Amino acid sequence: MTENTQYMSAAVADVTSESEKRAARDHRHDAWFRRTMLAAALLVLLLLASIAGSTLWGGALAFKTFGFEFLTSTEWDAVNGHFGALVPIYGTLVTSFLALLIAVPVSFGIAIFLTEVAPPWLRMPIASAVELLAGIPSIIYGMWGLFVFGPFMAENMAPWINDNLGALPLIGPVFQGPPLGIGMLTAGIVLAIMITPFITSVMTEVFRSVPVALKESAYALGGTTWEVVWDIVLPYTRSAVVGGIFLGLGRALGETMAVTFVLGNAHQFSASLMLPSSSIASVIANEFSEAYTDLHRSSLIALGFLLFVVTFIVLAIARLMLSRLSRKEGL
Amino acid sequence: MNLLTKTRLSLLLASMCLTGMAHATDVTGAGSSFVFPVISKWATDYSKSTDTKINYQSIGSGGGIAQIKAATVDFGASDAPLKAEDLQAGGLGQFPSVIGGIVPVINVEGIETGKLELSGKVLADIFQGKITKWNDSAIVALNKGLKLPESNITVVHRSDGSGTSFNFTNYLAKVSPDWKNGPGEGSAVQWPVGVGGKGNEGVAAYVKQIKGSIGYVEFAYAKTNNIAFAKLENAAGKVVEPSAKAFAAAAATAKWEDAKDFNLIMTNAPGADAWPITATTWIIMYKQPKNAEKSAAAFDFFKWSLEKGQAQAESLDYVPLPKELVSKIEDYWKTEFTR
Repeated sequence: MTENTQYMSAAVADVTSESEKRAARDHRHDAWFRRTMLAAALLVLLLLASIAGSTLWGGALAFKTFGFEFLTSTEWDAVNGHFGALVPIYGTLVTSFLALLIAVPVSFGIAIFLTEVAPPWLRMPIASAVELLAGIPSIIYGMWGLFVFGPFMAENMAPWINDNLGALPLIGPVFQGPPLGIGMLTAGIVLAIMITPFITSVMTEVFRSVPVALKESAYALGGTTWEVVWDIVLPYTRSAVVGGIFLGLGRALGETMAVTFVLGNAHQFSASLMLPSSSIASVIANEFSEAYTDLHRSSLIALGFLLFVVTFIVLAIARLMLSRLSRKEGL
Repeated sequence: MNLLTKTRLSLLLASMCLTGMAHATDVTGAGSSFVFPVISKWATDYSKSTDTKINYQSIGSGGGIAQIKAATVDFGASDAPLKAEDLQAGGLGQFPSVIGGIVPVINVEGIETGKLELSGKVLADIFQGKITKWNDSAIVALNKGLKLPESNITVVHRSDGSGTSFNFTNYLAKVSPDWKNGPGEGSAVQWPVGVGGKGNEGVAAYVKQIKGSIGYVEFAYAKTNNIAFAKLENAAGKVVEPSAKAFAAAAATAKWEDAKDFNLIMTNAPGADAWPITATTWIIMYKQPKNAEKSAAAFDFFKWSLEKGQAQAESLDYVPLPKELVSKIEDYWKTEFTR
């Protein structure tokens, strides 16, 4: 008996120590796993902080020289060393906003068509075509914009816009200008074509994630396709859809090559969308290789920092809007 | 990896080692994109007859100056000459390499290439936005026989910093006090009007597309793209057409003897046949070489290209330096550089 008990307790103790060891090992592994993941996440933050830090450091001379005026001045004069970032910031925001204005409804339409309307045999070809569009390098869009789309704008669209939209009260001046075929409107349209595939593929992906039961219930209650999309699919996927839109916006804000080709690169402030302007990325691409003076180079790096800030502000506003929206609906 | 690929790879490696040994000296240079085509052509032909390999990186004049100052390359190339104090501070010397011309190009209905005549003053006024119509009295006065349309002028300029812009604005500043006190001269200036195209090809494309436009490109681009160019009145008061002969005339009549370290921009040259917007690219090297062997190899290369590389330059629509200038450069080498 005692012998037996002894044996038993020894076995139990053995098992306990074995399982304790295992638990300790699991714990250790878990800790390592957590630390590795944390390190990966921190690396992104570290990269972001060091890029922001080094552009701020590189642009310090410009910020010191011009102070707050760097943000409000429309001057960009390399000869006399006066630099102001207002025109590039304005050009970046306007072209990106135009691009969103066009790309979001189009992407929404494509995504709805692909998930709700299209017959199955048509889905694959269209989805692959959209993905193919996303893979085209931006320089190709730039060349297409310059050699094909620009002349088309100048000959066919610009005169019509001038005559019709330009004659409207209030917003008329926005659409008036010589039919150059290049400028903010052209850049916005080219950008829209570039970001549509990104927004579309995100939207298609999340629309597919809506539970079929939910949609079928709505159809069973007599909802039309539009009602199902607007009242069931969209509310269910709202935050992911907004995320997709801002992915596209982020790309539009930083797009360099295509914009450089069709924007006209003029450092002049103008309200008209038909006139050339400049964007932050295009100014850097244009001038960095031949920036002789320290101040010129520093101003260009400072522009890079401002692009960071602009993107951050835009994304922060988007987050704020999203959280307001979900609070209002009590989600 | 199959056997064939392996054999190929090892052959490739072996050939790389062999070529590495055969080329005793590798000279590296960096800078202006303007001279890149001709330097690479020279380098290819030169390496056939000697064992010197020239590696030139077309990174822009600003980059070329920065790299030679940091002594990471054996020679730099810049579209704008360095000032005397910059040369002295760095222990550097500079000399011209090859000539090119910059021409005003136009897209005006009914005006063929080489028919329109402009003066420097009128050109500056157009680019400053003071003359806005093609039938402005100032243009009409220079072109009595031409029927000029009543259309708006769209100015096209370079959007990227470039030596082409530097020489063009330098010319405008020389002929127009208003331009000098206004936008001034530089590789990137604040253009009062117009749209900016990226590179010569960007300007050429815009001018071809926009009706009533005027821009400026290197002569070779105007020729290969079939864009109409305008004639210009030069400093001697004669109207000249852009051509290799007119560019060479500008280089020959520029007052090099007054220019220390060839610090002279050839625009508005005094000769009767000189094209007023003629440009060159300067090669910048250390007077006391950091690496004697490589520096000597670079000098041999430039001596060969100035004396024997004319055909290559002409085939690419550059103009070789005239003989008098070449002998001046060779004297400069002897007196200023330690070899």
